[in-house]
Amino acid sequence: MPERDVLERMFELVTTINVADERFRTLLTSGRVRSTYYSPKGQECISAAFGAVLRQDDYCVTMYRGLHDHISKGVPLRELFAEFLGRVTGTCKGKGGPMHVTHPDSGLMVTTGVVGSGLPIANGLAWASQLKGTDQVTIVNFGDGASNIGAFHEALNLAAVWELPVIFICQNNRYGEHTRYEWATSATQVAQRSVAYEMPGVTVDGNDPVATYWAASEAVERARSGGGPTLVEAMTYRFWGHIFGDNMRYMPPEERKAAMDADPAVVYRKWLLDGGHFSEAELAEVEAAVAARIDDAMQFALDSPPPGPEELYTDVYKGEVVPA
Amino acid sequence: MSGDPTNRKLTTAQAIHEALDLAMDRDPTVLLLGEDVDDPSGGGVFHISEGLSTKHGEHRVRSTPIAEQAIVGAAIGAAIGGFRPVAELMFMDFFAVAMDQISNHAAKLRYMSGGQTGVPITIRTAAGAGMQFGAQHSEMLESWVTHIPGLKVVVASNPADAKGLLMSAIFDDDPVVTIEPTLNYWVSGPVPEGEYTVPIGKANVARAGSDVTVITYGREVSFALQAAEQVAAEGISAEVIDLRSLVPMDEEAILGSVGRTKRAVIAHQAVRRGGLGAEISCLINEHFFGELQSPVVRVAGPNVPIPYAAELESMFVVDANDIAEGIRRAAK
Ligand SMILES: Cc1ncc(C[n+]2csc(CCOP(=O)(O)OP(=O)(O)O)c2C)c(N)n1
Ligand SMILES: [Mg+2]
Repeated sequence: MPERDVLERMFELVTTINVADERFRTLLTSGRVRSTYYSPKGQECISAAFGAVLRQDDYCVTMYRGLHDHISKGVPLRELFAEFLGRVTGTCKGKGGPMHVTHPDSGLMVTTGVVGSGLPIANGLAWASQLKGTDQVTIVNFGDGASNIGAFHEALNLAAVWELPVIFICQNNRYGEHTRYEWATSATQVAQRSVAYEMPGVTVDGNDPVATYWAASEAVERARSGGGPTLVEAMTYRFWGHIFGDNMRYMPPEERKAAMDADPAVVYRKWLLDGGHFSEAELAEVEAAVAARIDDAMQFALDSPPPGPEELYTDVYKGEVVPA
Repeated sequence: MSGDPTNRKLTTAQAIHEALDLAMDRDPTVLLLGEDVDDPSGGGVFHISEGLSTKHGEHRVRSTPIAEQAIVGAAIGAAIGGFRPVAELMFMDFFAVAMDQISNHAAKLRYMSGGQTGVPITIRTAAGAGMQFGAQHSEMLESWVTHIPGLKVVVASNPADAKGLLMSAIFDDDPVVTIEPTLNYWVSGPVPEGEYTVPIGKANVARAGSDVTVITYGREVSFALQAAEQVAAEGISAEVIDLRSLVPMDEEAILGSVGRTKRAVIAHQAVRRGGLGAEISCLINEHFFGELQSPVVRVAGPNVPIPYAAELESMFVVDANDIAEGIRRAAK
């Protein structure tokens, strides 16, 4: 059994991701904000588990469906939400947006909108730590669909040959955009592909935070101690389709319903109670604190102004302003 | 353009769907491949290919893994093997992933083989800003492909042209990139029924005028027309040329018009540096140096990545006011 503070930390992260996701969906549905939103709902336990294992100075690379990863890596909620809304107070001054959140202080180094492109970059971050002789670990999150693009294969091979302290986390939600996993992927499980690269590979139930925590701990320990890369495939499901608001007709309704009925956040909460790990009052206290933090961050984001026109021309090159 | 004049209205997405359907009806060697394009995967993210795999068969309309290099490579191979594949790359930004196949292979195989193997593929792709998709899903990258000898490149500004140009592209014996401004998918306009083609290499005079020539393409055509309307009220008569085809480019149309007006504005959404505006401006200078009444004006995106925040993105995008300002400068 993980330590009690680990269980609590994971509960806090799962709750934060869920409440944040609910708020964003409500904002979008109400028409108050306009954005392309890739909801991570259903996949929250995976990032929560890694969040409970990693240190602040470990590196994380993620992708457009990244809110859960951003939160779990500790990106401050105010700046994170402001970035999602394109405000100047955001992590990237509103210039990157939800698909491109960066917050080096939290170790959130790259968020990419291009499928698979984070993996080679994660290798580079891991290489930098290796060269510097630090024991930092790099994780990179990507989808099942990304395991079919060249960048995935090139990156796994390089990481294995260079014995890099990197963990490839495939969040297998069974769809790449609107295409079912098995229609596009030759391997029954993505983790099988690790065999070809002679790297440890494991498939875990990504909806089970404790199982994922153990897999994460093992992979992180290996990377930190110089044992090289791991491919972790976490099985999961996305509740809200590819982009929030898509018609989801390509997902069989009964399949989606079954996944939602087994909502991993609800299951975990119940497990914590039934196992006597926490009392109802203790969990409610965590939930209330999370809700207050999210209220505060959301209000901060909504009250923040957009970036001023001068921001269009900065940050193209260091310290320069590009002529209009 | 041949085909019956009609008042039937379709969106650009529907017009493109119709072209694909007609081409597949006419020629069994026409194939479609790309991410999510078959019906079980929703008929494409913009629903353009909806119904086509059901009608023409899943062996001809194939959803692919997320693997742009494999998509374009398979299209090239099938083309050499006797087919006319239409490959869809969801956003033009992702050309970066497939560029080796596009540049080193699709474009060059005819030449390198001394004319033995042609590559009659069409690469369809959505491009352009205005939807708050951020820096990696919004770029107009026409200059990447116009710079590669061996490729043809077209951009439609309206649904009727989108259909006609795509028909030409599919039955062209060389690789053609059709750049589809994303926001135009939802714009409707009259589209003739049945088969017709808009020839590749012929520009369209979208509005006749006598004082200034505005040369543009894609989404900016509608903005240029609005701009022409604005400046008309100030007594400036602007002619708007919709290039429709970037390679080959209708130099005759450009030079014919600028020969009369002696003033030119080139408008495009892509960033200014190395953009097509530079190429067109140079063409004009080569022919009319000394005769021009004012320097050629480029109205283009600033040399920056595309920002997410709506306020900044709308500054980035060339709009009717920007073009009107450019016309006024040229008319001075
Ligand atoms: C190179 C590239 N091709 C296509 C796309 C369009 N696209 C965005 S997300 C996506 C599906 C990715 O699926 P998966 O890797 O399983 O991640 P998920 O969205 O399911 O979390 C696609 C095809 C892209 N962003 N980048
Ligand atoms: Mg997926």
